[in-house]
Amino acid sequence: MSNFLIECRGLYKTYGLRPALSGVDLAVGPGRIVGLLGPNGSGKTTLIKLLCGLLRPTAGWLAVDGEAIGPYTKSVVSYLPDRMYFADWMRATDLFDLFRDFYADFDYEKAFAMCRSLGVEPHDRLKTMSKGTKEKVQLVLVMARTAKLYLLDEPIAGVDPAARDFILRTILTNYNEEGTVLISTHLISDVEKVLDEAIFLKQGKIMLHQTVDAIRAKENKSVDALFREIFQAGPMFDEEEGF
Amino acid sequence: MDWKLDDHRPIWLQLAEQLARRIITGVYPPGSKLPPVRELAAEAGVNPNTMQRALAQLEQEGLAKADRTAGRLVTQDTAVMEAVRRREAETVIQQYYTAMTALGYTRKQAAALVKEEFL
Repeated sequence: MSNFLIECRGLYKTYGLRPALSGVDLAVGPGRIVGLLGPNGSGKTTLIKLLCGLLRPTAGWLAVDGEAIGPYTKSVVSYLPDRMYFADWMRATDLFDLFRDFYADFDYEKAFAMCRSLGVEPHDRLKTMSKGTKEKVQLVLVMARTAKLYLLDEPIAGVDPAARDFILRTILTNYNEEGTVLISTHLISDVEKVLDEAIFLKQGKIMLHQTVDAIRAKENKSVDALFREIFQAGPMFDEEEGF
Repeated sequence: MDWKLDDHRPIWLQLAEQLARRIITGVYPPGSKLPPVRELAAEAGVNPNTMQRALAQLEQEGLAKADRTAGRLVTQDTAVMEAVRRREAETVIQQYYTAMTALGYTRKQAAALVKEEFL
């Protein structure tokens, strides 16, 4: 058995002819908060979807908690998608019931308490909620589980800056200590303080995987500043598109 | 007291400095129990592992020590606290000289001006 919670080797995913991931090798241990950082279209969501089993790799190998993706890994992964998938007639409490049925590790009381602290009324219907509030409900559902791996795809994109700090604190104080949290985002300066490690994805490849403190010690700048430098929008050199 | 983190240096180092300052200024009195890692991490809005590393640094400097039953205790060794206070003072003095040199004073003049202030 390996000590890694996430392991990928030579991972490829293509959509038709379009490559999304081109040879990703990755190992992440337990008890870490990891930022998955990259510009739009760099493969962040694809990697997360592969880890939670929504997509199959085109080539390569990946494991979560030492097991190939399947029923076991799905039971220990808590996934926050990048979009809403709930019927809007439902109340937050309906969703809590649903999650309690689906996941043995869902903590109903905790979900209620988290709603209260985030200022969400759990008996309200989703259709009466703002986009930010819905995102909070979604986060509550995901963080109220005692999972080994939390996959959060853009958890703070839709909420205002003040709520962002609050949500990050919610993630910090609620994740299972032996669990690992993988957060994809491009709002780096907001999440930087809570991360152990940062992964930079560029065009489907990992170009950097380091601890945040090591990056700061080596570069004398924040991860956010380094990111801007590496991914600086230069003159247009688009990939060749059908001539 | 707020946590202030700048963008240029490792976060754990900055946390360790600010914890040390809290200890020598008596925010955490000698012999008292330090708040648990998770609580400190949540307060500062940082990763618990990062806060853990900062606390380990305090232990290494002798400002705190791990106690099997009580968690982590602030040192009662006044010599250690004094040494750290002195080191902090040194930093403040150097910052003063740097600022004064930028204004065009020599170190001697800068020192004389401080003395004048106190007479």
